[in-house]
Amino acid sequence: MNTWVTLTNAFSAWKARGKEFSHRGHAWRRRIAVFLAVVGPGIITSNVDNDAGGISTYSAAGAQFGYTLLWSLIPMTIALYVSEEMCARMGVVTGKGLSDLIREEFGFRSTFFVMIAALLVDLFNTVAEFSGVAEASEVMHVSKYVSVPLAALAVWLIVIYGTYRIVEKVFMVACVFYLSYMLSAFLAKPDWLYAARQTVIPSVHFNAPYLVMLIGLVGTTIAPWQFFYLQASFVEKRVGPRQYKHAKWDVMFGSISCMVIVFFIIVCCAATLNVHGLTNISSASDAAKALIPLAGKWAGWLFAFGLLNASLFAASILPLSTAHVICEGLGFEAGLDRKFKEAPAFYALYTGLIVVGAGIVLIPKAPLWKILIYSQVGNGIWLPVVLIFILLLINRRDLMGEHTNTVGFNVVAWTASIIMIILTAALMYLAIFNPSAAGLSGTLLCSPFM
Amino acid sequence: MVHATEVLGAEAYDSLGNFVGRVKEMFIVPDEQPNRISRLLLGRGRYRPLVARFDQIESVAPGRVSLTTEESALELYHPNDSWLAVQKDLLDQQIIDTNGRKVVRVNDVDLADQRTNGNTELRITQVDVGLPGAVRRLLQGVVSPTGIRRLQNRLPQRNIRWEFVNLIEPDPLRRVKLRISSDRLAQLHPADLADIMEELSPDERQSIIGSLDEETAGEILAELDKRLQSQVVEKLDPEKAADIIEEMSPDAAADLIQNLEPDTSKEVLEEMEHREAQEVEELLRFAENTAGGMMTTEIVVVGEDATRGEVVDYVRFHEIPPDQLDNIVLINRDAVFAGAVTVAHLLLAKSDQRMAELVSDPLLSVATDARDKDVFELFDKYNLRSLTVVSENKCPLGAITVDDVVSRLQAQA
Repeated sequence: MNTWVTLTNAFSAWKARGKEFSHRGHAWRRRIAVFLAVVGPGIITSNVDNDAGGISTYSAAGAQFGYTLLWSLIPMTIALYVSEEMCARMGVVTGKGLSDLIREEFGFRSTFFVMIAALLVDLFNTVAEFSGVAEASEVMHVSKYVSVPLAALAVWLIVIYGTYRIVEKVFMVACVFYLSYMLSAFLAKPDWLYAARQTVIPSVHFNAPYLVMLIGLVGTTIAPWQFFYLQASFVEKRVGPRQYKHAKWDVMFGSISCMVIVFFIIVCCAATLNVHGLTNISSASDAAKALIPLAGKWAGWLFAFGLLNASLFAASILPLSTAHVICEGLGFEAGLDRKFKEAPAFYALYTGLIVVGAGIVLIPKAPLWKILIYSQVGNGIWLPVVLIFILLLINRRDLMGEHTNTVGFNVVAWTASIIMIILTAALMYLAIFNPSAAGLSGTLLCSPFM
Repeated sequence: MVHATEVLGAEAYDSLGNFVGRVKEMFIVPDEQPNRISRLLLGRGRYRPLVARFDQIESVAPGRVSLTTEESALELYHPNDSWLAVQKDLLDQQIIDTNGRKVVRVNDVDLADQRTNGNTELRITQVDVGLPGAVRRLLQGVVSPTGIRRLQNRLPQRNIRWEFVNLIEPDPLRRVKLRISSDRLAQLHPADLADIMEELSPDERQSIIGSLDEETAGEILAELDKRLQSQVVEKLDPEKAADIIEEMSPDAAADLIQNLEPDTSKEVLEEMEHREAQEVEELLRFAENTAGGMMTTEIVVVGEDATRGEVVDYVRFHEIPPDQLDNIVLINRDAVFAGAVTVAHLLLAKSDQRMAELVSDPLLSVATDARDKDVFELFDKYNLRSLTVVSENKCPLGAITVDDVVSRLQAQA
């Protein structure tokens, strides 16, 4: 009898401990679940920055200047984080998209012009992404007449038939594939110590091609459409002020991971192409092809795969974001969680952008390089407008309450914005008046289809 | 008919024909009239702006307003937030179309001009949410007004009558001042209103929930998606939250409370009436993906020896709401589950028939720890509308209804 009592007591003690353990486990799981429920927009948005144009620029930077541009990544991370964080904060606090806010605070006409700019610039950018798909597939010996239509179809289907949750998961997986650049970099056997030193200690060179490349790096990394996308995703995920902390981490992690990938791309090209004197790389696919004899087939293929992934990724997000922005601003119904019949304008815009974007790439002898210039110029004109709208809105106390920028943050944000504006203006100037300027001719303006 | 954007920016002249200023804003004073443009704000550059009252307006044409009085008779402007500003509060803002049950954005506001004893009164007839308003605002000042009118006549119209417009004002105090009533919102189906709420910003949602009575608020809360539910509840003060949650069915309340931050859920439970709180707490013991976590405790339990007539009287007497009547649960003398009778069988039975004779075959029930998948299978296999959940000693505790099954399956899909 006594044994029985002891046994039951022991058993209930065990049970209680198990319960407590499971309770603690539950709390922990809950915290992770809350975090995961918020995470996504920041990581996705920042990674999409490394799109086809971006990768071409980074490869060229590594090939032409070796490790010497690596220092710029840290200030760029800060600028990226500061500007994205403001959008995240606005989305979380107001629960409204950026174009919604512009419409409500600045009226119909400003909104309309922002929207038209969005449509044109993003169309050019979409073309750039599909030409990235074409380039990557040609490294893998697949004709662009096969790969581009397939890519367009795949991108379209994912978004049309997926809900936001599914689409986001697909996008998160795409983010993981960026790690292929890390593998490429390791296969290239770079001088890690030297690379690290160059990242931390700035070594500015005052010659024209170097500065042009620097401008190019900034211009391709911070694109105006990403702000709209970021804010809209936080709104669509219904992240509230309570989860703002997580949203901030998401944005920070996104900005850093984006720059880490850039780091690996530059290092990969610096360790191989630059070391062997192949400094004149005109596109990401050139870089991939040149890598094959130097660092092995795998490094080259991984590089091309990364480009394909990035282009596909950006090609699905860009039209999506654009359709969102335009519908929101002009008052049409929008959103992936709506059916085609509920939001016809949204789906028509989305489909139209993909079809036209992919279609232009497929036109034989299309002046793709011109379109790529225009996409850069468009981004350049649009960026200051968007940044200024963001800075004006974020400081509105009636909108943001206690969440307006602090003085310190404003100083950083305005400085970063003004530097970005000046640099993009410079990039535009070069793109229009002097497209043969060293760095640019090597990266953005000469595609293999020229 | 004139459009608000044609009057905004118009030049105003007094009775002597002197230029007074430009129309900067139009105000409705809801305390006086719900749809009359009651004041015009006339901006005069660096001088203090003036206000023209509705009875001081002689005529209104696109781009030009004439007044019945001299400039000196106009009052100085003092901001007043119980006035509804057409430009600031209406144009480009979102409103709820209570007729179409949607959230839409205002492109322009249509005004009817009525001449009454020497002056012109402007009344809002409808808001323009379609292309004509958009085109007008884009082209104003670029193309001539007649040109714009000709163009917009060819465009498809999308207007909402002013009676069906429900303004979204995030500040609850101002909501009261502007006399924004929630009557029409409360008449919408909770599911529709929940959809509308999902499109609004957090402050706007809060303001609407706060303006509805507890019962309606509870119904809407139950229809919102999980994340929004907890966001809304966490922003309410616990007392109000408790009042609303008490109105919800215990299972919906338990689901909601489960998703709250631990501190909030404790506070809310403390504020709730003892009996309701207890019911909810009992449900909270069960894991979410078990039969216990899915069930509602609001069921009708009668002895198996009762007759049909007695049961109907019982239901009538206690005014049991129809959504609890999918099944009547029977117990025997030992309070053990003895079967369930569907309302259809009850309806067709004779008044003196014993409940035990009407029991559906086979005798189905699940334990509280049964997994949700097994529950779904039972519903599918036997085409159930409701399934009784029993305790370890077979006493009925609650029931799972088909609508809960459907929404869970939908959430998992």
